[in-house]
Amino acid sequence: MKPAPFDYVRPDRLADAVAALATPESKVLAGGQSLIPLLSMRLAAPSVLVDINGLPGLDAITVTGDGVRVGALARHTAMLESAEVARVQPLVPMALAHVAHATIRNRGTTVGSLVHADAAAEMPVVLALLGGSLDVEGSSGRRTIGAAELFTGPMESAVGPDEVAVSAFFPALRPGAGVAFDEIARRHGDYALVGAAALVEGERVRVGYLSVSDVPTVVDLTGVAPDDRADAALERLDPAGDIHATAAYRRTLVRVLTDRVVTAAIDDARGAGR
Amino acid sequence: MSETLHEIRLRVNGIEHELRVPARRLLSDALRGELGMTGTHVGCEHGVCGACTILVDGEPGRSCLMLAVAAQDHEITTVEGLAEPDGTLSPVQQAFAECHGLQCGFCTPGFLTTVTAGLRRDPCPTHERARDMIAGNLCRCTGYQNIVRAVERAATIGTERAATLTTERAATVGTERNATIDTERAATISTERAAALADRGSGVSS
Repeated sequence: MKPAPFDYVRPDRLADAVAALATPESKVLAGGQSLIPLLSMRLAAPSVLVDINGLPGLDAITVTGDGVRVGALARHTAMLESAEVARVQPLVPMALAHVAHATIRNRGTTVGSLVHADAAAEMPVVLALLGGSLDVEGSSGRRTIGAAELFTGPMESAVGPDEVAVSAFFPALRPGAGVAFDEIARRHGDYALVGAAALVEGERVRVGYLSVSDVPTVVDLTGVAPDDRADAALERLDPAGDIHATAAYRRTLVRVLTDRVVTAAIDDARGAGR
Repeated sequence: MSETLHEIRLRVNGIEHELRVPARRLLSDALRGELGMTGTHVGCEHGVCGACTILVDGEPGRSCLMLAVAAQDHEITTVEGLAEPDGTLSPVQQAFAECHGLQCGFCTPGFLTTVTAGLRRDPCPTHERARDMIAGNLCRCTGYQNIVRAVERAATIGTERAATLTTERAATVGTERNATIDTERAATISTERAAALADRGSGVSS
């Protein structure tokens, strides 16, 4: 349970970080709460770790009427405790409360969680459902990756090996819209067996699922009668069984959670009067 | 090929240490191996069990999920840094002892650090919040009941100690004030006496 040897650099300029990432098999270290277990279990063995914690200005959380922009070094805790974030996009703190335990959230970064692209994680689903984006900087400059293009496979994202994510953008909740998040885990703080986030905007109803497919999956349930929503969702999802839950149990959880989050999001839209 | 060693400075419990470690040295192993501070226990080594929890700038963090080279800019507090300088147990330590919040003690350092920071944020937690505070730490002996009691007892001890300090402070302030009043009163009295004497003097002379 000790990491294999690697080189370590801690640049204080973004350009130096990008230059260091030109080394084959290099890897960015931000919060390290997912990466270091992978190193310790030797599931990852990078040649060089590029520690971005010395880069200035990347811990900012900027909230405008359009949404929330979170820097690559902002910790989950900072996002979760921001009243401004909760006001502009309440789905973000709703989901963050389910991300691991407080001790992990103190170090783990929201952007890191997106780049890690674990289909069992909460924040990738939130970004996908809201249609957010990720800004990355590489040797050929800066580009923005939309959530729809970001998650390419299990723990695979469209971020290039020589690119470093600098910030993510979560769009604001529109007036009159409602959101909800729920998940079912064996123990609070564990990875969810299934989780779901709902976004209701007028007649439009969409639900994002975690731990159901290889990638965060968003299903459009607009126009589906309330009693048929779970069936409609399952037509487009094919949950797999694993050591934690059978496929049949996951299908049951999809049914339960679909009804729960859509109902809660509709209530949220009505009750909040946004 | 020999592995590159990094010269680093770690600030642990207020004391700065210089050490040479490879980049892959986990903070938990640097604390225990290089610094000999074996109070921090290592259980699962992948962030699940919470035994290695330390305070990073006052907030709980897993020392097995940090590299020693990356911990240089932070103020680290381990379980060895929780008691008072004179050895008096901290409220959390005292509560764990009083409530039998430990059996084998392996998980205890992680609980003590986590609860210390937790009570700083939430000095009087409800029963539910006390349970939530320790949700990220595993204990295989106690069944948690006495640990939850210890969290609640620690909150009480913390409040009592704070009240005692306030009373002592009030007493000190009171004594100081009394002294000031005495001085002022003495000054007034001497002025009055002087005036009286002057009056008497003038009376005599008249």
